[in-house]
Amino acid sequence: MSVTPDDVRHVATLARLSIPEGELASYVEQLNAILGHMEALQQVPSSGAAAAADAARPGMALRADAVGPMPLTRPAAEFAPELRDGFFLVPRLATHEDAGEGA
Amino acid sequence: MSRSLLDLTAAQLGAAVREGRTPAGELLTASLDRLAETHAGNDGLNAIVHQVGADDSAMQPLAMGPLAGVPVAIKDNLATRTLPTTCGSRILDGWVSPYEATAVRKLREAGAIVIGKTNMDEFAMGSSTEHSAFGPSRNPHDRRRAPGGSSGGSAAAVAAGIAPIALGSETGGSVRQPAAFCGIVGVKPTYGRVSRYGLVAFASSLDCVAPFGRTVDDAALATEIISGHDPLDATSAAHTVPAMRVGPGPLAGLVVGVPKEYFPDSLMPEVRAICDRALEALRAQGATIREVSLPHTPYAIPVYYIIAPAEASANLARFDGVRYGMRIEVDGVQAMYGATRAAGFGAEVTRRILLGTYVLSAGYYDAYYRKAQEVRALIARDFTDVFASGVHVLFTPTTPTPAFALGAISDPYEMYLSDIYTVTANLAGIPGISLPIGRVHGLPVGGQVLAPAFDEPTMFRAAYALEEALGAEAHR
Repeated sequence: MSVTPDDVRHVATLARLSIPEGELASYVEQLNAILGHMEALQQVPSSGAAAAADAARPGMALRADAVGPMPLTRPAAEFAPELRDGFFLVPRLATHEDAGEGA
Repeated sequence: MSRSLLDLTAAQLGAAVREGRTPAGELLTASLDRLAETHAGNDGLNAIVHQVGADDSAMQPLAMGPLAGVPVAIKDNLATRTLPTTCGSRILDGWVSPYEATAVRKLREAGAIVIGKTNMDEFAMGSSTEHSAFGPSRNPHDRRRAPGGSSGGSAAAVAAGIAPIALGSETGGSVRQPAAFCGIVGVKPTYGRVSRYGLVAFASSLDCVAPFGRTVDDAALATEIISGHDPLDATSAAHTVPAMRVGPGPLAGLVVGVPKEYFPDSLMPEVRAICDRALEALRAQGATIREVSLPHTPYAIPVYYIIAPAEASANLARFDGVRYGMRIEVDGVQAMYGATRAAGFGAEVTRRILLGTYVLSAGYYDAYYRKAQEVRALIARDFTDVFASGVHVLFTPTTPTPAFALGAISDPYEMYLSDIYTVTANLAGIPGISLPIGRVHGLPVGGQVLAPAFDEPTMFRAAYALEEALGAEAHR
């Protein structure tokens, strides 16, 4: 498997990273070099070890689904940029149309 | 400043303050004087990047415990109340957490004073503390060299005598490796032993809060204090915390395994000789030395550098210009995300996010991520099998070489290889400790003791005995 400039553009879009075109070649080269070392894993036969380990592991402990006090060191009003009716307000980012165009 | 004061251990300093022999204010002054002295000039250590103010009550002790009045330094990815928590990244420039990490609170409840936040590779991604928005930290033993990483600032602060104890974090060796490079002790506790609440997430299945000390006893004391179940971290273990300050003693009945994969023919001969001397010291204390094999060790670096970036790519999605830190104002929400993240993250973080997103993406998930999970389970099984065969602890070098020069390693994969002996413990979730065992050309070399999950007492038993047996030899 070899990483192409289009692959890097694609994952950069998925990761919401604006990579300048001038830096693409460098990332393509580096990712190919790193992933080349990962090919060694294909030598290990599939064993089902991960599934067996998962099955043996106890499930994650869950706490009660109850609202408790927030363990904050100062009230939200002190660090929130703006608060209304208990909700954080952030600057308006985009209209629905903008978000639809960029997605 | 009394240099001899800072040469005492944390346990001794805490006792002196509790018994009224030393005022806590005198300790703090000595620590801040030492900080100023070591950070002056063009080759200053650059270990502390956010320094506490004299009137910052939020960093003061909450009680008078075993660390009464003891200055401690905290890695910049652990949440503190008034000092910034910036992970060495531009994207979190100036950000102050609205809550405090459990491990930091526990240190303050034990009496510690937080003197500052320490430099680190951005978001803990690195092995040299060169990849920080604050510039590189320097190794106190040779300022042209790296202190290791990613917790290099904490390691340098302890090695330079600024604080006897510091907190770092481990994902693949980020405390044991800098401890080895700086000639101090670093502990990676069992996964789940210490709460991760307030530790900025890098790779959640691997991350641990991990302490440094100048002696095994201080490292054991710090580990004991920060351990314990925390309902605020769903991965925190419910296990009772055992006594970890077991002290030096004979090792009769202890079987020490020596994994042959950690001593390849290519290992630097001087490092091998120092390890052989350490093994001889363990034998002289009564331990039985046995060669063992951990056959999947050669796959550890590829496995780690698939799993850790994959988890990081998801964890770092939260830094989007909306909720934390900086934002680049451009038209359109998608463009804002991309521009903010591109400007806020450094090259290594960007590289790992791209790598992690790639190995999780459609068409590559099975070949990379699922395969890595399979092999990770085999690496963990190697340890389970060897400990089940009657081996109590394992001994290895911590790193293949002593500290490298700043700027010496530019190839990303070559840098990744400096974690080759430490990542396995993170992948398997077991505890490990690095302690000084000698020097090569004046530079410290670390030896590593690994133990079964939740058996820190046996790990410390071997480390205390080795430290005592080597004595001054460990530092020359």
